[in-house]
Amino acid sequence: MDLDQKSTRTLNYFVPQMVTISKSGILQLSILILFIMGGFYALYIQIVDGHIVTGMRDNVVWGLYIANFIFFIGISYAGALISGILHLLRVEWRHPIIRIAEIITIISTIIGPAYILLCMGRLDRLHHLVLYGRIQSPIIWDVLAISTYLIGSIIFLYLATIRDLAALRDYPFKSKWRHTLYKFFAVNFNGNSKQNRYLERGLNIMSAIIIPLAVLVHSVLAWIFGMTLRPGWHSTIFAPYFVVAAVFSGTGVLIIALWVFRKYYHLESYITKIHFNYLGIILMILGALYAYFTFSEYLTSWYGSETWEMEVLYKLFDPHEYWWWFFFAAIVGVVVPILVILIPQFRSINSITAVSVIAVFALWVKRYLIIIPTLETPLLPLQDMRPEYIHYTPTAIEWLLTFAGVAMFCFLFFLFSKFLPIVSVVKGEEGTNYAELRKTVMQRIIKRT
Amino acid sequence: MKNKAADHRRKFLKSSIYAGVSAIAGTSLIQGCNTGASNAGEKVKLLTTDGTLVEVNQSNLTKMSHQPVSPDEARKGIPGRHFVMVVDLSRCRNARKCIKACDHHHQLTPDRPFIKVLRMQDNKASSPYWMPKKCFHCDNPPCVKVCPVGATYKRSDALVLIDNKRCIGCRFCMAACPYSARVFNWGKPKPQKTDHSYSPETSVPSQIGTVEKCDFCPDMLRQDKVPHCITACPNGALYFGDQIADSVTNGSETVRLSTLLRDKAAYRYHEELGTEPNVYYLPPSDRLFPFKEAPEGQPS
Ligand code: SF4
Ligand code: SF4
Repeated sequence: MDLDQKSTRTLNYFVPQMVTISKSGILQLSILILFIMGGFYALYIQIVDGHIVTGMRDNVVWGLYIANFIFFIGISYAGALISGILHLLRVEWRHPIIRIAEIITIISTIIGPAYILLCMGRLDRLHHLVLYGRIQSPIIWDVLAISTYLIGSIIFLYLATIRDLAALRDYPFKSKWRHTLYKFFAVNFNGNSKQNRYLERGLNIMSAIIIPLAVLVHSVLAWIFGMTLRPGWHSTIFAPYFVVAAVFSGTGVLIIALWVFRKYYHLESYITKIHFNYLGIILMILGALYAYFTFSEYLTSWYGSETWEMEVLYKLFDPHEYWWWFFFAAIVGVVVPILVILIPQFRSINSITAVSVIAVFALWVKRYLIIIPTLETPLLPLQDMRPEYIHYTPTAIEWLLTFAGVAMFCFLFFLFSKFLPIVSVVKGEEGTNYAELRKTVMQRIIKRT
Repeated sequence: MKNKAADHRRKFLKSSIYAGVSAIAGTSLIQGCNTGASNAGEKVKLLTTDGTLVEVNQSNLTKMSHQPVSPDEARKGIPGRHFVMVVDLSRCRNARKCIKACDHHHQLTPDRPFIKVLRMQDNKASSPYWMPKKCFHCDNPPCVKVCPVGATYKRSDALVLIDNKRCIGCRFCMAACPYSARVFNWGKPKPQKTDHSYSPETSVPSQIGTVEKCDFCPDMLRQDKVPHCITACPNGALYFGDQIADSVTNGSETVRLSTLLRDKAAYRYHEELGTEPNVYYLPPSDRLFPFKEAPEGQPS
């Protein structure tokens, strides 16, 4: 495939990083692998001894695993919704960040459902979902939605990568297996106008499909809770609420990932402050939307003051129970990002990343607060003498598996970055190269000042 | 019609005197009081489960086997029945004999009983009372709705059962049940002694990573007997019976269900949820015993 000068330059910049690994890289990788091993050890214990090793009991039947599940599926929105929408809107600045966003989507759509598997009492009966699946159950909706979503995201990522794969195929790599690999995946793409036209069309179709699909996935997930007759769950706004929370956290993780890769691979000339600013503003708008939903949700249940709803609310507002977590998740995690991004003086690459970290953490806590307090509040009074049946406390096993999930996320990211340039190399037909874009934007900024 | 209903009622009282011809498809077991070649040719009178008297040749009878029905068979209800339970709250004094009988029969350890006796107080002005609680075998069961694999199912005779060989342990049913009726086998269940294979009708043996709950003892119902908790209650607080036959018994007296529910102003818990429970409660008024708090450290 013929590459223009800029693409060649980008390719030459990334290839050395793909084929080598630094000393500190090896160290970081070993730490990740250590955490992943820890997770496997925890999993082994859980399989041998049963879920008794977790903090879950008959009242709180779901715990950290489900919180992680919602969290990871939420993160996956980074690629699906954000890059889908940016692609359809032909937003020019998307090019350097779109690859990272899509990889986030794929990895988290793989890790998220793994937590459902960890939560299942009988992993050995997974095939029963196929043998005896009942379409009336929201869990089956979830299985169908998530698997469709995963396949859709993989196709989307693949289409968006074909040009780069073709470029890599033509790159004189030393190792033979890389040639074979890229040759296989590049499916004879050579960048002629016909191929480009088809590819562009495919990308358009896929990004149009992936957006409703992503919305659907998180709605179905919210319905698992919304469909049950439980205080704090049985709410009609749960689906849109979850969707907004998901895009919010997805944008946050995308910003964090951009920051990390910018530092790690020295991409300062590719990923610039503009990207952080734009994504920061998206984050701020989503934060406001999310705050609106939160307010609306808790205001209605508080104003209606049904006994059961109030019991859950009291737990959230009780300083001895969940108040500080709730304060962090619903107030700090929203207000701080909004304020910092709103005020131009505060806006910098580091500050936007810092508030993204806060927002992402807050959203994880929020997922926890959606699940646990409700399950600790059954309709018929909970009269148990055993503290672990009244109050859920995650055990070391659950934490090990949680950290393993995060480590796995980073590890897979690392793997991806060894096979694909983390910034897309070859521009599409209608798109401008981001280097050019940078020039024009810089010119505009210079003109203005 | 009237006769049929009367037969039913009598049957609940003296179910062991007449043995019923098992009318369930597939089992084809014919119950008998005694068998023997010497009795060949003799006719015996038997009452079938749908309430008709039949004469059967003695030689056609085989000794009743207590082998419970297979999981597939247990998906079908006992034809023509609709089981209900009535709990007379004015008679319960937290004796907890029902729990003991249930634990014994289902070989449960005390940490995960199917029955709980809750201390209830509806409002500050009214006196507290004891409420024996088990699965309500809802007619619109949220647990059945959400089960992804149909491991929890509703039968034509109103029972909600669990097939623990099919359950994948997702616990969605536990989250969905508004009455916290279900327990989970978090760890390995303690070894249980049984000479028959697993059936959802006996819930024995338990399996790690699956749910369980009160099953209304369908193995007893198949033998025209009442569940173990009913006969265990020393105060006759628990009634069990058939809505179609309109009769319930607490082991010592048999009464007309509709009259009992009407006259005692029966209610069901959280009627507003639309779950349509099959367990009715009679209000704790005119009590047999004054309310006494539970001794220290007694689990519910
Ligand atoms: S009480 Fe709970 S477990 Fe029993 S049928 Fe109703 S919803 Fe299902
Ligand atoms: S735990 Fe078992 S019975 Fe309950 S919903 Fe899941 S598969 Fe069905």
